[in-house]
Amino acid sequence: MSIPTALDPAAAIQSAMPDAVLAVEEFRGETTIIVTPDQINEVARYFRDTPGLVYNFLSDISAVDYYEPYGGYGDRPGRFAVCYHLLSMLYRRRLRLKVYLPEENPVVDSVIEVWPGADWFERETWDLMGIEFRGHPDKRRLMMPDDWEGHPLRRDYPLGYETVMFSFNADEKMKYKPFAKD
Amino acid sequence: MGLVSSKLGNLGVVTTTLDEAVNWARTGAMWPLLFGLACCAIEMMSTQASHYDMSRFGMELNRASPRQSDLIIIAGRVSRKMAPVIRQLYDQMAAPKWVIAMGDCASCSGVYNNYALVQGVDEVIPVDVYVAGCPPRPEQLIHGILTLHEKIRSDRIAEWAK
Repeated sequence: MSIPTALDPAAAIQSAMPDAVLAVEEFRGETTIIVTPDQINEVARYFRDTPGLVYNFLSDISAVDYYEPYGGYGDRPGRFAVCYHLLSMLYRRRLRLKVYLPEENPVVDSVIEVWPGADWFERETWDLMGIEFRGHPDKRRLMMPDDWEGHPLRRDYPLGYETVMFSFNADEKMKYKPFAKD
Repeated sequence: MGLVSSKLGNLGVVTTTLDEAVNWARTGAMWPLLFGLACCAIEMMSTQASHYDMSRFGMELNRASPRQSDLIIIAGRVSRKMAPVIRQLYDQMAAPKWVIAMGDCASCSGVYNNYALVQGVDEVIPVDVYVAGCPPRPEQLIHGILTLHEKIRSDRIAEWAK
């Protein structure tokens, strides 16, 4: 039996679903396809199911925060971006899908029905970046304790936990430091 | 042992105070809980191994259950999710119990001043001896254990009730 010939992913998706693709970038052998967030499920199914593309392994879902303290995200359409890193085990090549999300309500559909391995990746992205995934069956925090407030990996989350203790503020800090007295 | 004296030469009888005897027994066989969290656990393992032997100081073996151990050596970073677990283990240990905070991360969270780690395990459980180092060498950990032994030898029965 023979394997169907591999198709170029950017050309294939642009001919099949031209209104879903916003841009295609290529850098040092890595292809990134930027899609609209409301069509992510159809795009994911297309990449997984089409013979010639067969991206059947989801390596990772990560998110980027483009917050700048003085405003503006460059020429990007939103503050957050969610990146889906795909791998085709049949043709041994990788692909990245990227969706941009706005700051006020970063919501995108969950791809858990397409690749079930997206479960914990999306929980982690919700926990650390605050991006909500519609249709995810188990929206819980993964890394932080369950009652934690805030999303630590956003760029406006404070970097350190406490001010550094020097000799001049040591007494002041020791008054407020919590100690277990059994 | 200063307060120990033997009667009549070779009769084989030794007298001492109850404080001395009890503290000698406690320091002589203090079994730690098998609890290594991060990189300091590697140094704790190498201290327990044959080159720097901790069995010489009574810590013959590490018990896996907190109910059967006297000492907990917090070796490594304590994350916010691990803190209630440590508290539960400490509560399950039977008195008398001691705590050694091994390394910088257990003493003051070391280089990690962030949201994920407890800033020193003494936010969660009371600590007897802090061992500094990142990670502390086996000789430093043994020095910490001997300091703990000296601290135990200065305990008095009259203070147990407190």
